[in-house]
Amino acid sequence: MTAAPARTRTRTLAVAVVALSASLVAAGCTSNTPEAAAPAGNGSTQAPAGNAGSSNDAPGEKVTIGFSGPAADHGWLGAINSAAQEEAKKFSDVDLKVAEGTNDASAQIAQIETFINDKVDAIVLLPTDGAALTDVATKAMNAGIPVINVDREFSSPFAARTTILGDNYGMGVSAGTYACEQVKEKNLSNPVIAEIAGIDALPLTQDRSKGFADALKACGQNVDNRVAAEFTVESGERQASNLIQAAPKIDIMWNHDDDQGIGVMAALDQANRHEMVFIGGAGSANAMRWIQEGKMAATVIYPPTQAADGINLARLIAQNKGVSDLVQVEVPKRVVLNAPVVTKENVEKYLPLGFES
Amino acid sequence: MSADVTKADQGAAATDANPSANPPNDPSGTHGLAGTGPAVAAADAKPREKGGIGAFLSGSAGRSTGLVIALIVLIIVGIVTGGDRFASTANALTVLRAGSVIGVVSIGMTFVICGGGIDLSVGAIVALSSVWATTLATQTLAADTHWIVLVFVALVVGAVCGLVNGVLIAYGKLAAFIATLAMLAAARGLAELIAQRRTQIVRDRDFINFFGGSVLGIPVLVIIFAVVAVIGWVLLNRTTFGRRTLAVGGNPEAARLAGIRVQRHTMYLYVLLGLACGLAAVMLMARTNTGTSTHGTLYELDAIAAVVIGGTLLSGGRGTIVGTVIGVLIFTTLTNVFTLNNLDTSTQAVAKGAIIVAAVLLQQRVSRPSRT
Repeated sequence: MTAAPARTRTRTLAVAVVALSASLVAAGCTSNTPEAAAPAGNGSTQAPAGNAGSSNDAPGEKVTIGFSGPAADHGWLGAINSAAQEEAKKFSDVDLKVAEGTNDASAQIAQIETFINDKVDAIVLLPTDGAALTDVATKAMNAGIPVINVDREFSSPFAARTTILGDNYGMGVSAGTYACEQVKEKNLSNPVIAEIAGIDALPLTQDRSKGFADALKACGQNVDNRVAAEFTVESGERQASNLIQAAPKIDIMWNHDDDQGIGVMAALDQANRHEMVFIGGAGSANAMRWIQEGKMAATVIYPPTQAADGINLARLIAQNKGVSDLVQVEVPKRVVLNAPVVTKENVEKYLPLGFES
Repeated sequence: MSADVTKADQGAAATDANPSANPPNDPSGTHGLAGTGPAVAAADAKPREKGGIGAFLSGSAGRSTGLVIALIVLIIVGIVTGGDRFASTANALTVLRAGSVIGVVSIGMTFVICGGGIDLSVGAIVALSSVWATTLATQTLAADTHWIVLVFVALVVGAVCGLVNGVLIAYGKLAAFIATLAMLAAARGLAELIAQRRTQIVRDRDFINFFGGSVLGIPVLVIIFAVVAVIGWVLLNRTTFGRRTLAVGGNPEAARLAGIRVQRHTMYLYVLLGLACGLAAVMLMARTNTGTSTHGTLYELDAIAAVVIGGTLLSGGRGTIVGTVIGVLIFTTLTNVFTLNNLDTSTQAVAKGAIIVAAVLLQQRVSRPSRT
């Protein structure tokens, strides 16, 4: 290539300099640290008071726990990660190794293989996809490393020592049951019921939808309009704005996920459609605030503390201890967490568990 | 190298701002839209088809014909299956609003593809701009001064990302595919770092009210889209800049010998697209009230798909803004029609693929083979 004449070089340079100085102005805008003492709302996931301490909390032998989860690209998963790390900090005898969050199953398999090579004492694994991670988890178990499976279940019973699950099916049932109560309470004949699901290809979404449909069936109702979003704010807004066009009047709407719910709410605000009983899912702090304001009827909790519980159980298993409140001397094989419904009546109680989107 | 960009012009503007003709107020009450009935439906649907066919067949937009047919078929399917729910002003505006954000990105993308390049980083740039413009520091600054600060920051971030792409590609001699792939990863990563992977709520009500509002019944977002489309059309078809773009894309060596500064021009194209992404980020912030690193997911593919089915050559040297606009409208209408019929997203994806192939095949059949 021939060199450009010097004059244009200078001009290009000048353009670049102007652009750069403008970017420096903007660069002053990256800070997210509040100047005043306004707390930026850390996903405070303190265990509610009442979980009695026991001799198990006393430091035991030093254990190394490997933790791997999906990329924390939205509030709930972010809360999962931060709660797990905070839990590990509580114990002086736990050394937590956190693998970088990823949404790629093969990258996660590589992380678990690294943990196996490092000979960690236990692995806490929230798989991107349960079935895809089953083989490598089995490999870890065979190598004598107990695996604690969190939230998304493996496809084989031999892949995990203990499984902690949020109850996705139960979440759908809770939402559907609440919807049925509303139908009775408001005496609705032939109500229009809408559903905004998460990513349809995930088993957890399918479980939630099945639970919702089953609970509705019990009171003779069904889902009239259903769309699937992608757990992102943008997709929630996109799907909801089309949905409210599809159904000119909606009586009850269940949105699976409060993170995408921000987008759903934006669409409702834009179209000024607040006639429906709006039910959320997961239990973000935003949703709880909407419940307090009356913009949302209820949300179904999907605990973001599962991985923290996983760390706890991993420590006990690695130290050969049991759960102190149970008579059984070993940690149980399966723990399924409850999916309670938060409404205006009990929102104060659950607010501390709400995570920031 | 025939820059046969056609005179299918005002038609596009008319299509964009379709419901502008005597818009009734948005009847989004709680009692549904039954009241607006078939009268509005007909009034609303006809101009769109008329404007479409009239403008496009009288103009020499042969290459857009297949596309227009596809859009009209979709609209007919929508009217048949969705009835009043589809053919209402509120629904038309919903479709246009949904297309406005990706539309602005696609118009910027048209320039880059015409110039023989490609940009895979548009979605990531939208995410980064939206996050940067909604940080606490920016929002505090905006609260102290004016919401225009948010817009300025988003535009600057977008333009600077575009500048980095442009410099790497034009002067650093990197393949466009690779340079923008790097930006795709880096910009989204930076967005996650800045936002700490949280969703940042836009607290400036004035900003939301301005961009979320309507002028004469037309949403501001749709107006922005229409204005960008018109500016894009004029820029591509009526200015030296546009002619140079087509020349650079068609044959860079010939363009260089003709005295066009190919490198500098290429850089400008990416800056232009970066600006468009910054603007799209502002529109998305208004639509969702948030800035987050998950914004703009897969925009690169949606934009490229819209540009290519619009009739812009992927190899560069020939492009059409009108086609791009219709391409965007086809996809947003498709989603809308499927949602109205309560069909699931997997079926939508299959239909989307089929439509891309069908539209391009139609174009080849209908249009006279043009030498390029």
